[in-house]
Amino acid sequence: MIKVIELKRTVTDSNDRDAETLRRELRDRDIFLINLMSAPGSGKTTLLSRTITDLMGRAKIGVMEADIASDVDAIKIRSLGAESIQVHTDGMCHMDAGMTRDGLAGLEDRLQIVFLENIGNLICPAEFDTGAHKNVMILSVPEGDDKPLKYPLMFQKCDALIITKIDATPYFDFDLALATERALALNPAIKVFPVSAKTGEGMTAWEGWLLDEWEKQKHA
Amino acid sequence: MHELGIVKHVIKTLHEVADENNVRRIGSVTLEVGEVSGVVLDQLVDCWNYFREKDDLVKGAPLFVERVPAVTYCTACEKEYGTVAHGKTCPHCGSTETYLLRGNEFSIKQIEAEVNEGS
Repeated sequence: MIKVIELKRTVTDSNDRDAETLRRELRDRDIFLINLMSAPGSGKTTLLSRTITDLMGRAKIGVMEADIASDVDAIKIRSLGAESIQVHTDGMCHMDAGMTRDGLAGLEDRLQIVFLENIGNLICPAEFDTGAHKNVMILSVPEGDDKPLKYPLMFQKCDALIITKIDATPYFDFDLALATERALALNPAIKVFPVSAKTGEGMTAWEGWLLDEWEKQKHA
Repeated sequence: MHELGIVKHVIKTLHEVADENNVRRIGSVTLEVGEVSGVVLDQLVDCWNYFREKDDLVKGAPLFVERVPAVTYCTACEKEYGTVAHGKTCPHCGSTETYLLRGNEFSIKQIEAEVNEGS
């Protein structure tokens, strides 16, 4: 018998449900997962390195590096004494919940905060829920203050925006107030943290937010 | 590249639907895709045509796409306009206090399915 079945399910429906399950499981295991997204070269690994060093002793941090190829980032993180695992996406431009779950299985269980360093790309990762508790994006000064206009979905999906390389502001036409205003127009709830992972400027504000959100999850 | 991941998720959802409805084979799949959903249709169909051959449930099933035009609403003058032509700025009054009414849909609308007898 042939029949027509009406579905009206969103295409990412199966991923959305996998992500919701993963988020709940991680909360039950007391793991706080942050999905970190940005364009290539914005300073994700440098920011993470600094954050890990600053928070050493306060939280047990692990990093899952997602890349299309190579393991240079994972080696860099491991040299700081934090646990890291390299996930290869085999050409895929984003991580989804299933891939995140598989990657997490390779990290040890006692970690408290895990960063998923997503593929360097401001488009595709915004479309797929990874199961993370918070989504954080990086915009670096050399990329320009017009990025919110070009990649609106990414700015809409994130809980926090870290503006990196602010020590380089004198050399670029980057208007911090304008970038912030554009991000807030897309997402009034987004928290904006201008930082320099190199000089340490602004790092306390970002790390404070991170620890607060982690605390909130513990008591949720 | 993005489209590849999407097709994998579509096929996964179709398997769930098949289990729930006692479906033996799927004859066709119809998607509803908004004009500003960011999906590249040619690539999507290419990926579909590649993957459907690797899966007995959807083998040979054509993918039909229904386009949904994108429409934006202006809260200042309370009129609607075509998003693709004008973006965020209202062509009637010039306001940017606007929001998308429809056009970013991306859903599986329906399937034609061969259902096992007795169900």
